[in-house]
Amino acid sequence: MNNKKTLFDKIWDSHVVRKIDNGPDVLFIDRHLIHEVTSPVAFLGLKNRRQNVMYPNLTFATADHNTPTINQHLPIKDPLSAKQLQTLQDNTKKHDIVFWGLGHKKNGIVHVIGPESGITLPGTTIVCGDSHTSTHGAFGAIAFGIGTSEVEMVLSTQCIMQPKPKSMRININGKLGDSVTPKDVALYIISKLSTSGATGYFVEYSGNVFSDMSMEGRMTVCNLSIEMGARGGLIAPDKKTIEYVKNREYTPKGDNLSKATKYWSTLHTDEGAVFDKEFDFNSSDIEPMVTFGTNPGMGISISGKIPKIDSEKRNYSSYSKSLKYMGYEIGDKMLGKKVDYVFLGSCTNGRIEDFRTFSKITKGFRKANNVIAWLVPGSHRVLNQIKNEGILEDLEASGFKVREPGCSACLAMNEDKIPPGKYVISTSNRNFEGRQGPGARTILASPAVAAAAAITGKITDPRKL
Amino acid sequence: MPYEKFRILESTGVPLEIENVDTDQIIPARFLKATERIDFDKNLFRDWRYNQDNTLKKDFVLNNKNYSGKVLVAGKNFGSGSSREHAVWAIYDYGFRCVISSFFADIFKNNCLNIGVLPVQISDDFLQMIFNSIKNKPKTKIKINLITQEVSIFGISHKEKFEINPYKKENMMNGFDDIDYLLNMKSEIKKFAAKRPY
Ligand code: SF4
Repeated sequence: MNNKKTLFDKIWDSHVVRKIDNGPDVLFIDRHLIHEVTSPVAFLGLKNRRQNVMYPNLTFATADHNTPTINQHLPIKDPLSAKQLQTLQDNTKKHDIVFWGLGHKKNGIVHVIGPESGITLPGTTIVCGDSHTSTHGAFGAIAFGIGTSEVEMVLSTQCIMQPKPKSMRININGKLGDSVTPKDVALYIISKLSTSGATGYFVEYSGNVFSDMSMEGRMTVCNLSIEMGARGGLIAPDKKTIEYVKNREYTPKGDNLSKATKYWSTLHTDEGAVFDKEFDFNSSDIEPMVTFGTNPGMGISISGKIPKIDSEKRNYSSYSKSLKYMGYEIGDKMLGKKVDYVFLGSCTNGRIEDFRTFSKITKGFRKANNVIAWLVPGSHRVLNQIKNEGILEDLEASGFKVREPGCSACLAMNEDKIPPGKYVISTSNRNFEGRQGPGARTILASPAVAAAAAITGKITDPRKL
Repeated sequence: MPYEKFRILESTGVPLEIENVDTDQIIPARFLKATERIDFDKNLFRDWRYNQDNTLKKDFVLNNKNYSGKVLVAGKNFGSGSSREHAVWAIYDYGFRCVISSFFADIFKNNCLNIGVLPVQISDDFLQMIFNSIKNKPKTKIKINLITQEVSIFGISHKEKFEINPYKKENMMNGFDDIDYLLNMKSEIKKFAAKRPY
């Protein structure tokens, strides 16, 4: 028998409290992240069952989904949003849970602040009532999104029940071309696998394209795992990972750190371990990407044309519906298409590296007059870095403003909504109909492509600016 | 939350013949501001059901009086996108007890099973047959037998089996949820937790 284990197996198996015959595994959760939108009903359930939070020190709360990104010091106008935030504050206080609310210096998007604070560590299991929890897989953790019933389970028992997913490995080796970013790598993979291609699987990303990436880049890739249907994605921890996590607030210190590091060095897939599915891609095939439709799988290289689809195929009508929504036609070139809005932000591309990439391209240029640009850092820490590195000055010199942290137009729950019919180049993760506001038309792209569009007002190849 | 037990369901169905229906369509984010589970049914498929001035969109299937029932029949890859359980609450609270499709997104499926909506996955061909039958005769009944794990449709001899984890099946048939199970193993969890390094 093959006793070689994948990275995923090693972490999963070490967290199984009980195996149920013909049923799911009871999985222990090391870190639980919560926010205002998916937690209130879970706390209500807790109350109805007269339960307490079993390990309050393993749960961390932030306010992000629903928060405004300007004038955060003022009272929130929308009464429903205000109530949701208040409810989270009350619940966390009652149950003694750390809460970094609006305006707190550690506040930010849940998947940005977890790594920043050392809550995210290699070898851990991390869940959150948000599908992009997969982001934390960049550290070699098993991290995935859960529903509100499961949030309640974790609060009351620190466990959830899950069947073990199947395993997939995606290998990409070689060098990435100029202006080809981790976002492009992810959009490329999704365009090949489709939005359901990895459903039922947990993905390991392997090869030097991923190991050469910064931690921020790895987070972008793992973040987007969910968009191909995967429960999550992960990358084996290495020196870069340890460099990133050490000295952070919740990272083990001293002896504990040495012990932890020793364990982390065992966290890789054994040679000869078998995956249920494996894909290899060529780094040289990947170009800057844009999406043209209403799911993240509808992506092409920026210089491409909107492809035909076989009219015999069953999804023909969904495809046409999607193009109609976008106002595009088969055969259209994406280059040169009009852009009304630019959104730089979200847990996909709202980290410091994304702001660096964006400002490097816009420096020396002016923002196009016809473009409204929303630049929203993922956290206060990112915002401070933007200021400290002089990026803010550069951006302002080009006519941009930087807003306060939050999810913002990624899901448009606050007032940051793209108006109906308008086109937005967005560095976020979903181009679903209405995702960024009713009737909004989203083109997903990297911060580099977003920057080029912000300067020219149309889809532009950042390499040709 | 307790839900109605599920054993055998015989009902007409509503055909939503669209692929890749994501959770933002099932319930748009702006309706996720509640702090209790109420009224989600009102905003099920909000932007497909209503125009921006809140009048009904006549061509959307939920607004078509010919179709009704406890079964939602949907195109391939249903429920992709966010983890919002609100999407399933909206479906359940609207009156659906079962969603039939030829493929489901993972988290969505899990959420369904946690709150008492049965996700039934069948082949593309059978799904097409069901769509055709309902569109021909909207009063056609679909039978979902959880005990034998079979779907059939009146007027067609073809039946199909569907998969469900035996543990989840037991739960659905009895209206149990996972929380009850976990609460009963707290001492075992405590022992386990004591050994975790950080
Ligand atoms: S930025 Fe978008 S995807 Fe990320 S947590 Fe917020 S809403 Fe979810």
